[in-house]
Amino acid sequence: MSRPTGSSARVAWVIVGALVAFMLAFAGCGGDDDDSGGGEALTEVGKGEGELDLVAWAGYVEDGSTDPAVDWVTDFEKKTGCKVNVKIGNTSDEMVQLMRTGQYDGVSASGDATGRLFEGGDVDPVNVDLVSNYEDVFDALKDTEYNTFDGDNYGVPHGRGSNLLQWDPNEVKPAPTSWDVVFDKAKDYSGNVTAYDNPIYIADAALYLREHQPDLGIEDPYELDQEQFDASIDLLKKQNEHIGEYWSDYTKQIQAFANGDSQVGTTWQVITNLLNADGEPEKNVLPSEGATGWSDTWMISSEAEHPNCMYEWMNHIISPQANADVAEWFGEAPANEKSCKLTADAEHCDIYHADDEKFFDQIEEWKTPVADCGDDRGEECKTYDEWVQGWTEVKG
Amino acid sequence: MRISGRTRGLLLGGVGLTLAFIYIPLLIIGLYAFSSGTTLEWPPPGFTFEWFEKAFDNPGARDAFWTSIKVALIATAVAIILGTLASLAVVRHRFFGRETISFLVILPIALPGIVTGIALNSTFSQVFGIDLSLFTVVVGHATFCIVVVYNNAVARLRRSSASFEEASADLGATPWYTFRRVTLPNMRTALIAGALLAFALSFDEIIVTTFTIAAGEQTLPIWFFTNFARPANLPIVNAVAALVIVFSMIPVYIAHRLSSEETVGAAGGRGAAKDTTGTTVAAEATAVP
Amino acid sequence: MEAADVTASARRSAGHRLADLFHGRPRLQAGALLAGPVGWLVIGYIGSLAVLLVTAFWSLGELSGELEKALTFSNFDQILTEPVYREIAGRTILIAALVTITDALLAFPIAFFMAKVASARMRGVLIVSVLLPLWSGYLVKVYTWRTIMSEGGVLSWVGVGAPTDDLVRVWLVMSYLWLPFMIIPVYAGLERISDSLLSASEDLGAHPWKTFRSVILPLVFPAVVAGSIFTFSLTLGDFITPLLVSKTQFIGNVVYANFSNDLPLAAAFATVPIVVMIIYLLVARRLGAFEHL
Repeated sequence: MSRPTGSSARVAWVIVGALVAFMLAFAGCGGDDDDSGGGEALTEVGKGEGELDLVAWAGYVEDGSTDPAVDWVTDFEKKTGCKVNVKIGNTSDEMVQLMRTGQYDGVSASGDATGRLFEGGDVDPVNVDLVSNYEDVFDALKDTEYNTFDGDNYGVPHGRGSNLLQWDPNEVKPAPTSWDVVFDKAKDYSGNVTAYDNPIYIADAALYLREHQPDLGIEDPYELDQEQFDASIDLLKKQNEHIGEYWSDYTKQIQAFANGDSQVGTTWQVITNLLNADGEPEKNVLPSEGATGWSDTWMISSEAEHPNCMYEWMNHIISPQANADVAEWFGEAPANEKSCKLTADAEHCDIYHADDEKFFDQIEEWKTPVADCGDDRGEECKTYDEWVQGWTEVKG
Repeated sequence: MRISGRTRGLLLGGVGLTLAFIYIPLLIIGLYAFSSGTTLEWPPPGFTFEWFEKAFDNPGARDAFWTSIKVALIATAVAIILGTLASLAVVRHRFFGRETISFLVILPIALPGIVTGIALNSTFSQVFGIDLSLFTVVVGHATFCIVVVYNNAVARLRRSSASFEEASADLGATPWYTFRRVTLPNMRTALIAGALLAFALSFDEIIVTTFTIAAGEQTLPIWFFTNFARPANLPIVNAVAALVIVFSMIPVYIAHRLSSEETVGAAGGRGAAKDTTGTTVAAEATAVP
Repeated sequence: MEAADVTASARRSAGHRLADLFHGRPRLQAGALLAGPVGWLVIGYIGSLAVLLVTAFWSLGELSGELEKALTFSNFDQILTEPVYREIAGRTILIAALVTITDALLAFPIAFFMAKVASARMRGVLIVSVLLPLWSGYLVKVYTWRTIMSEGGVLSWVGVGAPTDDLVRVWLVMSYLWLPFMIIPVYAGLERISDSLLSASEDLGAHPWKTFRSVILPLVFPAVVAGSIFTFSLTLGDFITPLLVSKTQFIGNVVYANFSNDLPLAAAFATVPIVVMIIYLLVARRLGAFEHL
């Protein structure tokens, strides 16, 4: 044969290689969907599209499957015809990641996600005039720095609450009143301490240091310069030696406390409620140093396929009854003033300080750390991805 | 071969230990499926069938189950086609880069699932700009399933001679006819064994699936994942898992029976059957969680 | 060879004409056969990996936090110089090696029994028993192990005591998960060792341990390497198990944590297992493991 060995196969490989190179070039050009803002809010809410895909915190979108008595989704589905599919996000990071795929209609974003979602162009402004229940929302929750960007509203408030310190009264005595039981005194419970598994927990360390090492000058635990950041990381590294396990999904935490693997650490009210319902003795408290917390906002995706259903949902979840139900189940302060009269426990709003701004001044709600310190230090503060890397170091 | 009593005793001890290691956790899963407690406490407080009832009633579990079946079937089909083609090329022909093909085929399963997952995810969403869907999941699964079929097919083709195919061509058959009537029947059991293992891999896969699945869809492993995060559903998950284990005895058994059959062209007798089982089963040693 | 052409019939089907096209052109045949698989694998898979690799050379803008597609080595610099990343990589590789060795040891007795001692029926039962766990659901197994290893769980209940050391926990669970993938190739490899070799060794007066060391071990070694490809790579990339049963971080955890915020860093760190596995595969191929897959 006159053809040299394998030349046609070689040609084939070259073609294949060229196609791969082409793909790479494509990757270089493509993927430019991060233009912050610029989206348009709806001008009117049309007919429901029949489905709704949400990203939410566990416990926010309950349809009776966790507990048959806990359901504010089924009647929504019946009324609007929008079938709800919910994907639980265990951390704000996960939620941002999920929203970036563009496959969901909306998200219950905490303050440390809203900014990132806005910057990434993943959410659209919300026309609050179309959300009839919005006017009953507590004023303190309206037009805040975490739900309003460039002068536009980017969501409707869901509710707010604080992280708490939970302990097993059979193992941890006397009842703690300060976070020192998980920091400086953690060695007393070494191996049974737990903490929230997310970089945002660095703020909890900073909050502690604000009280216990005042010469660091920490004011806002989300605006940390190098020195403050390093001190927080060091504190967390010391804590790491005594940590039994970190938690991000609440089932894991419930299991750990029920098993006795965890005896003290950060928690959410709903977790304590579920443990108590199962006969476990856990208690919780808001420690003297204050705590980090959250104020959540329902945001609509810039690529929402079912925007009408999303607007219906936003209106529903902040309607007085539904908002009362979710606030009681999760253990947080509702967003709608009228919900306070509808909670099963008449004291709910008082317990959760729904109208108590002085209380919430003590709570450092999650927000995205950015370079701009917002004070005379200028652009020195650590950004969120530096927090992520710091967290990697802490866990080791 | 003869083994002394003491060695035999040691050997049986080792076998027992390994089997115990493998099966005790599975039995515990079964126990939890019948346990009346809701938080997986040990020992189980009571006995109930409740979770099995709820498992059958649970639409999420049923949908996820069928989705997994669908995805696994399609991925396996694709893997069979591509794996067979590749194996035919590699065994029956010579060409530049032949050795590389084996390397290439094994790569998707040898590289960590998270790497495959995020690579495919980035490519789908950024380079091609397509939405994630069951299609993208199938693409992901088929990619690492190819090697399972390929290995089985290569092993089978290697031990059968090309002379049958040449004879068929000499007799005037088109390549397609030869393939359909000579090659394929020869490979059939190897392909089926490979297909069953590919099916198992796809059915249980979670990491690549997480990165390639659409929002509203769930495969069974994804359903497990989301329901582990819902305290009340925890025991149902165990019930579902226990059911899957029991029912999966069927395909595993079938795979084993099929791979014990003799091949065309191999020498007859127990030796050949034993050989085939070994080779075919050996080729099943691949997986991705 | 030309017989088909010679027996001329005036009408030739499309199939025959296509056959003529390929006839005598083996490379074209090979090419056509390979077009599908190679196309899929190379363009779809390798292409995706290449895209990921390219991403590793990008970075996030300092202030904007957005993806900047300019070539930079900063990510690699970070993972190579900052000690925590080296620790994590080292830890992952160490556990991968330990799990591999553990599984090889656990697999051997049962594989040997299945290959050489068991009756045909017993062998069938054992093969099914070994393969069955593959269907039990990865997550369910990990969660079950979590409870087994917890303070109130089975291990402390029977008196062994719940393991608290993170690496021990991960090692235990992963050895459990990947065991079937080691048993099968080792079994197949042992099966190929002809009985006559073992009888000959015995006849020559070697006692079982010597037979094992000098005859069996060298012959089964490539099969062990084949199995180790899976135990090693599965451990290298897993992040779910370390997350659920320990508080340590493995390579996969760091990649997963950075995936949404800092894809370039995640991609850069992901190259570590890729490089490790490619080297591992090349070595394994040299040792003949590919014949035993």
